[in-house]
Amino acid sequence: MTPLAAYLLLAALIFAIGLAIALTRRVAILVLIGIELMLNAANLNLIAFWRFGPHPEALTGMMFAIFSIAVAAAEAAVGLGLVIAYYRHRKTTDLDAMTRMKG
Amino acid sequence: MMAQETTGQAWILANLWLIPAIPMVAAGAIALLKQPKRRTAATLAIGGLAISFLLSVAAFAHVLSAWGHGGATRDVFNFGWLSMGETSLQLGWVLDPLAAVMLVMVTFVGSLIFIYSVGYMAHDENFTRFFCFLSLFAGAMLGVIIANSLLLLFMCWEIVGLTSYLLIGFWYHKPSAAAAAKKAFLTTRIGDIFFLLGIAWLFSQTGTTLFYNYGAGAIEPGALAALLAQPGAVGLTAAGAIGLLIFAGAAGKSGQLPLHVWLPDAMEGPTPVSALIHAATMVAAGVYLIARVYPLMAAGAGPGQTTVALTVVAWIGALTALFGALVAVAQNDIKRILAYSTVSQLGYMMVGLATGGVAVGMFHLITHAFFKALLFLGAGSVIHGCHDEQDIRKMGGLRAEMPATFITYMIGMLALSGFPIFFSGFWSKDAIVGAAHAWPGSQGPFILLLVGALLTTFYMTRQIAYVFFGQWRGHDHAHESPRVMTVPLGILAFFAIALGVLGTPLWPWFTAFIQSKPLEVDWHGFSEPGLLPLMSFATLLVFIGLGVGWRLYGSKPTRSASELDPVARSLPVVSGWLANRLYFDELYEATVLRWYAGLAWLSDWLDRRVWSGIVSGVASGFGGLGWFNKAVDNEWIDGGFDKGCEELVTGGGLLAWLQAGRAPGYLRLLGIGFLLLAGLALLVGAVSGQVRL
Amino acid sequence: MIFGLTVAFVLVAMVTVAGAMGAAVMRNVVHCALSLTVTFAGLAILFLQLDAQFAGFAQVLVYVGAVAILVVFAILLTRGVGTSLIYVFSKQWTLGLGIAAAVFALLGWAVLKSFPVSGPVAASEVTVKDIGAALMNQYVLPLEITAVLLTVAMIGAVIVAMPEKKVKEGEQ
Repeated sequence: MTPLAAYLLLAALIFAIGLAIALTRRVAILVLIGIELMLNAANLNLIAFWRFGPHPEALTGMMFAIFSIAVAAAEAAVGLGLVIAYYRHRKTTDLDAMTRMKG
Repeated sequence: MMAQETTGQAWILANLWLIPAIPMVAAGAIALLKQPKRRTAATLAIGGLAISFLLSVAAFAHVLSAWGHGGATRDVFNFGWLSMGETSLQLGWVLDPLAAVMLVMVTFVGSLIFIYSVGYMAHDENFTRFFCFLSLFAGAMLGVIIANSLLLLFMCWEIVGLTSYLLIGFWYHKPSAAAAAKKAFLTTRIGDIFFLLGIAWLFSQTGTTLFYNYGAGAIEPGALAALLAQPGAVGLTAAGAIGLLIFAGAAGKSGQLPLHVWLPDAMEGPTPVSALIHAATMVAAGVYLIARVYPLMAAGAGPGQTTVALTVVAWIGALTALFGALVAVAQNDIKRILAYSTVSQLGYMMVGLATGGVAVGMFHLITHAFFKALLFLGAGSVIHGCHDEQDIRKMGGLRAEMPATFITYMIGMLALSGFPIFFSGFWSKDAIVGAAHAWPGSQGPFILLLVGALLTTFYMTRQIAYVFFGQWRGHDHAHESPRVMTVPLGILAFFAIALGVLGTPLWPWFTAFIQSKPLEVDWHGFSEPGLLPLMSFATLLVFIGLGVGWRLYGSKPTRSASELDPVARSLPVVSGWLANRLYFDELYEATVLRWYAGLAWLSDWLDRRVWSGIVSGVASGFGGLGWFNKAVDNEWIDGGFDKGCEELVTGGGLLAWLQAGRAPGYLRLLGIGFLLLAGLALLVGAVSGQVRL
Repeated sequence: MIFGLTVAFVLVAMVTVAGAMGAAVMRNVVHCALSLTVTFAGLAILFLQLDAQFAGFAQVLVYVGAVAILVVFAILLTRGVGTSLIYVFSKQWTLGLGIAAAVFALLGWAVLKSFPVSGPVAASEVTVKDIGAALMNQYVLPLEITAVLLTVAMIGAVIVAMPEKKVKEGEQ
């Protein structure tokens, strides 16, 4: 197994775990955590490909990853703000109970 | 001079159509008038006919001058009307001596009767309508006279029949008048059916309906030869068969046996109508028709022979003459006596045509027109004077009260009876009797005519005695009629005498004119073998009739209206039969009318049950269809629609479930979607060889 | 070298995965957040191993330093009174697990089956100066946009999370 393949596999695993968190846990914040994990896994993917790719001096992979980090941070902030706002109304963050839009 | 003559000839011939057209236009104008405008109506009608009279005189003069120059006296003007492929129906008019004398007679007598009607119908509120119909009749009759085409003749013939119906039933609120009008129309219709058959047959054989067409006409020698060669039916040639069919039409119009039944009932109309239509003109139209198609009827007979068609005409004419005279003896209505007399005299005319030719028959027609019109107008004057009384038993002694009427009536009566020398009737009737005697067919008509002449004198004497002699048996006083009525009577009386001059054997002007032969005074006319004995014998019969009639009625006049007629007293059975018109009407009612009523009942039954059954069947079929439509619409379409809406609502509910806002669910869907996308991408890559599987 | 991989890599990978698994299964949410932090740290080391030093340090600064703290704060702020949830996992957790497993299977299969790239190349020296130059030259637009994005996100988060104005008494 080449190092690249190892890194990619690792990233895939982390991604899958993050997806599992987002899909199976009941607490709203944990969904956000799962999403952060997925983003991180993608970042790992990017860096790995940058390192083992054809043109590492172009810095493309790393720049992408850096921007991804920045955006992920912003998105986390907004998402958590939403959860807090919802919690203020409903006093709960249970996803299964969030059925107010049900017709 | 010649040029002027030529243009003059061309003008009157080309404009001959004006003669019938002007009265018809006058009729149309009168129809548009309102009821109170009597003077205008009368002026239009009389004026129209007077103009036609002047034009007729011009036409007569034209023919006279042609005859005088020894040229052709017959001129035609034909034009095409309808073209059907190669053949075309042509119409046209003809101006020849026959037409010219008829034109003058009809317009002259017609004008006199129009003037008379102004006085007679003065009290009637439908004055304008009367003149409208009279004018229309005059136009149509003139059209019959000048027609050169059988088709045009038939068209005008039918209009004449229509106006006759309208005028007989003029007082339509009287049921008897309405019934009489219907009877007249239907009876003449029967004749007209045969007439039309004849026309159609003639057209199919000869290809033209024109009488004269410079050698190509239907009764010109070429066509006649073809018709003679063609076999018709029951052993007749086509010429004979067509001739008989046309005679059937003439028999209807002229009241010959057995289609005579309408003529006496036609007396329901006003007296001027009876005078004009049923004495002088319309009934003469039948005789005129036979005179017109005489070449057809006489085709195939050499000198000393006669054709089958003419034989039939002669016999029917003779029988009619006798029948009319017999029945007239027992009638008590002043107009009915004259009506049956007309029937009888028409029979004479037919015999004259059949045995003696056109000139003989036509001469009697002309003289008869004048004295019969005179008699009818006189009767009208009597009725008017006796305050609308028509039963002769309720009259009497009017000789003193109504002298002008009496004198003119006497003149007419003597003319009709055939009183010798001075009166035209003598010459015309004797011509017929002589021709019948000389007929190669049979002597039967001759004998019948002689008996008829005796009876004619007898019943006319009876009538005169009842009306003018003896005592007054009526209610109020009688009075003489106004001048507007008596002046025409006088004019007609003059002609009743004067016309005799035209037909004596000494100077046979009429015969020569009709036959367009040169005329000279024939000093030996009277010495023709058998002529003088015959004339003496006829005169003897006249005097016998006068004597017997006077003896029975004149010398011992009846005192009261309810007293029985002497003949009725002595021969009650015969008199009863005669008074009931030999039960002809009853016979027809039992047979023809019954069948007709049966046919009408059958038609009604068919109409009510079968046809309307079919119609209501179809209607209910449609109703059922509509019901079915409604059911389908309600159940399937509406129901289907409602069901569809319900499904839509349910579906919407289901779809709304998707929008319930379940985040985890959406995430899962995202995951599934990603899987599918990635799988697809890999597959594509594998297919294109970029991914090693 | 285990399977051609260095020992260091394997160790750090195991730590990272352990942290992720911990975040997945732990009951207490705070424990999940802390476990997440471990994962972030492990990832940072992996970045360092890949000679992406700047990315590694950025990871530590941003994720471990800010995001993890933020998550913990949010958890603490949204904790109810006595909120020990009986059910940790949602009702349809099997489906979610299945999907995640399928995704991993797909990705792993794709990785293992693809053509190998050429061997490890020599690491290039990437200095911060290079990154700075790149940011100012090639990536200036994404930089600016990211700046705007961060500003907007900050304002938005503040507004969203702001408590509502209290309605004055007598006003409805």
